[in-house]
Amino acid sequence: MDQVMYEAQRQGRFSFYMTHYGEEALLGVAAALKPTDIVHGQYREAYTLLYRGFTMEECMDQCFANVGDGGKGRQMPVHYTSEAHHFQSISSPLGTQIPQAAGSAYALKLEGSGDRCSVCFFGEGAASEGDFHAGLNMASTLKCPVIFICRNNGYAISTPSSEQYKGDGIASRGVGYGMDTIRIDGNDIWAAYNATKAARQIATQENKPVLIEAMTYRVGHHSTSDDSSKYRDRKEVEHFQVMDNPITRLRHYMTRQGYWSQEQDDAWRTMIKKEVMDTFRACEKKKKPALDELFTDVYDELPPNLIKQRQELIRLVNEYPEYYNADDHEKMFSQ
Amino acid sequence: MLRNASRRITSLLQHQQRYYAASAAAQTNDGIQQGVAYSKLLKRAPEEAFRTPELARMSALNSETKKMNLFQAVNDAMSIAMTTDDTAVVFGEDVSFGGVFRATSGLVEKFGRDRVFNTPLTEQGIAGFAVGMASVGHTAIAEIQFADYIFPAFDQLVNEAAKFRYRSGNQFNVGGMTIRAPCSAVGHGGHYHSQSPEGFFAHCPGLKVVTPRSPIQAKGLLLASIRDRNPVIFFEPKCLYRAAVEEVPVEDYELPLGKAEILKKGTDVTVLGYGSQIYALENAIQLAEKKMPGLSCELIDLRTILPWDVETVVESVNKTGRLVIAHEAPKTAGVGAEIASTVMENCFLRLEAPVERVCGWDTPFPLVFEKFYMPSMIRCYDAIKNVVNY
Repeated sequence: MDQVMYEAQRQGRFSFYMTHYGEEALLGVAAALKPTDIVHGQYREAYTLLYRGFTMEECMDQCFANVGDGGKGRQMPVHYTSEAHHFQSISSPLGTQIPQAAGSAYALKLEGSGDRCSVCFFGEGAASEGDFHAGLNMASTLKCPVIFICRNNGYAISTPSSEQYKGDGIASRGVGYGMDTIRIDGNDIWAAYNATKAARQIATQENKPVLIEAMTYRVGHHSTSDDSSKYRDRKEVEHFQVMDNPITRLRHYMTRQGYWSQEQDDAWRTMIKKEVMDTFRACEKKKKPALDELFTDVYDELPPNLIKQRQELIRLVNEYPEYYNADDHEKMFSQ
Repeated sequence: MLRNASRRITSLLQHQQRYYAASAAAQTNDGIQQGVAYSKLLKRAPEEAFRTPELARMSALNSETKKMNLFQAVNDAMSIAMTTDDTAVVFGEDVSFGGVFRATSGLVEKFGRDRVFNTPLTEQGIAGFAVGMASVGHTAIAEIQFADYIFPAFDQLVNEAAKFRYRSGNQFNVGGMTIRAPCSAVGHGGHYHSQSPEGFFAHCPGLKVVTPRSPIQAKGLLLASIRDRNPVIFFEPKCLYRAAVEEVPVEDYELPLGKAEILKKGTDVTVLGYGSQIYALENAIQLAEKKMPGLSCELIDLRTILPWDVETVVESVNKTGRLVIAHEAPKTAGVGAEIASTVMENCFLRLEAPVERVCGWDTPFPLVFEKFYMPSMIRCYDAIKNVVNY
């Protein structure tokens, strides 16, 4: 999906994309969680959603901002949301989800089931935001069942981690907040799985936060708006792509265990490629949401000023149809 | 003045009381008794408390009232909210011992430490934590110790809370969150214990911004804010915490958000404000009607700043043809600018004078010059005189 969507964006078929290249082993985190654990992501965690059953079609609908998008086409691509999968809406401002995760975890603690926790993903760059400090300190002092997962992939856009911090990564800070902390090989799906499973035990049974720092490498560009060859050596990227690739590592394991073969690999690649392309074509064809959705959900109900402004847009669209072609929207307005 | 040093805060309150005693006693030869203590708008007798149509239904059910000042009314509202909603929690800096303004006193004893708790000293954390709790359906009543310190939480409130429902296509919302913050002048609060930041938030779709003028209003509006399905910022004029005293209905009641209230009917000029500014306007009207016999002013308390009650204001100005708006916050791009331009759009043919805005000057809030900074009775009177004589 990443490959097709990345290339489609480069062809201008939708506005923006971010790949997960090199960080796929964190699927192990998703596997160690319960499906009802609340996920607060940053933006490079679609594997968690896919693992929970959010479909590729739903991902692509979001990227195309069409009628299938649960977010009603309002946010940039890869800003996924799924209430059904307990995956809170991705938002662009970095680090804001960190104190929010402490809050949702505290709510879960008060509910007292003892079997749910919150999980919060962020990159090592976002950990420099004030909200990281706020969130971890609050989670610790207020004893919140939350797992913080830092994806330390070496770069925040162009900024290498050497310009991000001088201490011993992010993990060393967890100790300062009085938090159980572990650093893992982020390209090892079993390390991700085991650490998360143990962290989940501590969070849900002891009502304590845990910090996991997953050391990995951002193989892809930061986003489709970024050319990472401007600030890092291709050789470095190739090294990780070839020598320390989480997918290859898992494949070796599966092959050695007799769970996977070259034939299966070839067949799966052909099958998934077809599925991705079929889904892509179907999603690209869907209409955009009705123009009404521009005004709904700002509040629970439309206040008088928005009712008036909606009327104003209806008038404009009707008066200047040549400048406001809304034919690709499902229906312009509900009335 | 150090924040969070309770000894100093206590002293702040003592000064505040002295200040009000002093200002209430201040008499000029105009014969107007200035200050909240002499306000005719406060309901000092139980039967007066139910005199507004908004509370009429309740008076038929139960006419009991209790004498409360504004912080007690806020406390009463939170206590009722927590009794009627098991998911409701109250948190912030120093709330568990009762709060630096006593607004949360007794709540720990009633509801326990899990539901009433101190947070570390981090406003962005408090707001983010409230967003997180509300996002899973809980009711979060968070306190920012002074409105002046709400700015570290600006990102969480503007980028997160306000957009939560919209950005998720209504899959998630944070309607259960309310942020309370003491605001406005207190006599000697200087730069960072005096601000009125409502204008910053009035520019943010998705939020509601509410401010009460009295204990009855504070209780009803706060309960409505807590139960409203949108994130609400509730600014409490701290100079009224002890100074404003009313007979407050003991029952659980709400006052409507998004609705202004006409406090005094009039025909010649509409005078509009909110929060503690209402009392300066009350005095200005008394002075104007005394000095200009036959003049009839209409006084409106906006109550909700976002989304504000355009209909009531426009209807009033279409009747009177003149408008004076007053607020403590600086003039440029303040809430008054929004109201003035909307009134211009809607009342153009009825306006008989330019809309006057009486606001704080476009300066930081000053310490020793407070009297000269404030949109005081005399400045409001002067504006009324100008629109009438235009």
